[in-house]
Amino acid sequence: MSSPEREITFGEAVKEAIATEMRRDELVILMGEDVGAAGSVFKILLGLHEEFGPDRVIDTPIAEAGYVGLGVGAALTGMRPIVDIMFGDFMALAMDQIVNQAAKLRYMSGGQATVPLTIRATMGAGRSSAAQHSQSLHAWASHIPGLKVVVPSTPADVLGLFPTAVRDDNPVLFFEDKMMYAVKGTAPETVDPIPFGVADVKREGSDVTLIATSSMVLVAFAAAETLADDGISCEIVDPRTMVPLDTDTLVQSASKTGHAVIIDEGCRSFGVGAELASVVYEGAFDYLDAPIVRLGAMDVPVPFTKPLEDATIPNETDVVRAVKEMLG
Amino acid sequence: MNDETKKTIYRNMLRIRRFEEQIFEVYTGGLMHGLAHLYIGEEAVAVGVCSALRDDDYITSTHRGHGHCVAKGGNLDQMMAEVLGRVTGYCRGKGGSMHIADMSLGILGANGIVGGGFGIATGAALSAKLRKTDQVAVCFFGDGASNQGVFFEVMNTASIWDLPVVYVCENNQYGEYTATDSVTAGDTIADRAKPFGIPSSTIDGNDVVIVHETAAAAVAGAREGKGPTLIECMTYRHRGHHVGDPGDGYRSEEERQAWQDKDPITTFRARLVDEGIDAEDLDGIDAAVQEEVADAVESAAGAPYPDVEEATHHVFA
Ligand SMILES: Cc1ncc(C[n+]2csc(CCOP(=O)(O)OP(=O)(O)O)c2C)c(N)n1
Ligand SMILES: [Mg+2]
Repeated sequence: MSSPEREITFGEAVKEAIATEMRRDELVILMGEDVGAAGSVFKILLGLHEEFGPDRVIDTPIAEAGYVGLGVGAALTGMRPIVDIMFGDFMALAMDQIVNQAAKLRYMSGGQATVPLTIRATMGAGRSSAAQHSQSLHAWASHIPGLKVVVPSTPADVLGLFPTAVRDDNPVLFFEDKMMYAVKGTAPETVDPIPFGVADVKREGSDVTLIATSSMVLVAFAAAETLADDGISCEIVDPRTMVPLDTDTLVQSASKTGHAVIIDEGCRSFGVGAELASVVYEGAFDYLDAPIVRLGAMDVPVPFTKPLEDATIPNETDVVRAVKEMLG
Repeated sequence: MNDETKKTIYRNMLRIRRFEEQIFEVYTGGLMHGLAHLYIGEEAVAVGVCSALRDDDYITSTHRGHGHCVAKGGNLDQMMAEVLGRVTGYCRGKGGSMHIADMSLGILGANGIVGGGFGIATGAALSAKLRKTDQVAVCFFGDGASNQGVFFEVMNTASIWDLPVVYVCENNQYGEYTATDSVTAGDTIADRAKPFGIPSSTIDGNDVVIVHETAAAAVAGAREGKGPTLIECMTYRHRGHHVGDPGDGYRSEEERQAWQDKDPITTFRARLVDEGIDAEDLDGIDAAVQEEVADAVESAAGAPYPDVEEATHHVFA
């Protein structure tokens, strides 16, 4: 039976999930820049360093390629490291370690190697942090066979999906939208691990399916409220993991409503939205009453100044407009 | 150094200081979005180095880049407008504090990526060498950046190809909230040049005269084809890592006070007065600088934001 509910922020959920896994398994360590006494630049990890000490909560030099590589090596030899990429944009500096090493060792070794590495990376624009601190790069990781990719949208999902990431025997990219760290949600007192590849229907509805990832789930909710006032009933489906992807739930929902709008914060072209749209077309073609619409970030680097930054990211208005046009 | 040069150096250090003080004001006043990393306390490095450069020389800068830009001749109005995200800014508001650039002044950009300038500066030096222009490139970087692998890749390359590049490390002893010595091997960052056969030194980065002289020698050598140099400047940021960080907690009060006492501007001023420069002249310089900075805020705050259509401009040339 589910335990009593409590309020918790997304950032608190990340910390709690890390702490729980570190208490459970001594082989779990956390490495990254300023994850120690500073508690990360987002301050969400405060307390971990005190509890687990500098041997398990490790401040690294500013050397992303190096310490992500260390994570791969430590994972390969029996640890379960969590490495922290402060801004997901800095994944670019560690791409060889992620793409050519972590993702492929299992396969290249003919099944000998195991790389139980969790890479936490932030994503998301909205802080006026400009082009090198705002990207949503989860599509990159999703394109590489051998990597699992998690994009949680609620504190409860963080609590359920993070343990699954740490306990998984494969490299997992866990993307946290930094704009959500302060967002509150409810969660059971104790949360069971949530298996990967299980989408969550976050809101049931009958007229249109909004498939949304990460913070775009919040945008979908805001739009759904507005649309409800106009008598339009939205179903919100959150895939929660890109890899593995729960195609069945997406297809079922779109088949039921006959309409699908996909909302993802990555750049629209060659992105997550394109993949999700294809999956829905392949499975629900006969049931669709209108072409799928995919909303993504404009295909531009994220601009610094607020009015431009805001314009590049899908928002509630964009979703409402897309749904109304679709339903005619 | 003649009196005019000394005054110019004093003026440029003050332009940085007063500019940064105003940035803090506009931040706390809610006039600016995002964050900025202030250069207060480190002015002698940028000004000492850039005063040894020609207008057509190149620099690459960092996330803590306002000082480099001012010292290389950047325009305060355009800088302030950029930090406030206005269309009159250097990058039309699209770059912000961390990406100010003025290609016409050889300012190849501040950088949001720690260590992001290593390749660019070294490539500019390669270009200068191949084009036979006798230009020099300076790469400013932090102690934290010295742990990025690309630093070692470019030092090796610059050395074997004798590239006209000067690597200037601003060792302010912290990378964000982490003390440099806790994450950095070896006695000095200057030592890191040795295996590559690159001459290097560790100097007092708060003494603008020493910085200037050391940089001038390195730049002259680079121009003559003698290859790269590394200069490690010991300094300190008086403020936090960025405008939102009070800068205490991870740094002791005594340490902060000790460096405050070695303020590069007050010590240089005392020296100029000792050397016979009229204190009133120096006050006049300060007053003029304060006015220049106030004007920059006023013009920036009154300037428009870019039109939303601009979001799609400049993705490609
Ligand atoms: C590749 C990369 N990793 C991490 C960061 C986050 N970050 C911004 S500034 C900074 C510290 C840099 O320290 P240092 O090079 O000493 O420069 P300082 O801030 O002291 O001037 C860090 C880790 C970044 N911007 N880029
Ligand atoms: Mg530093």
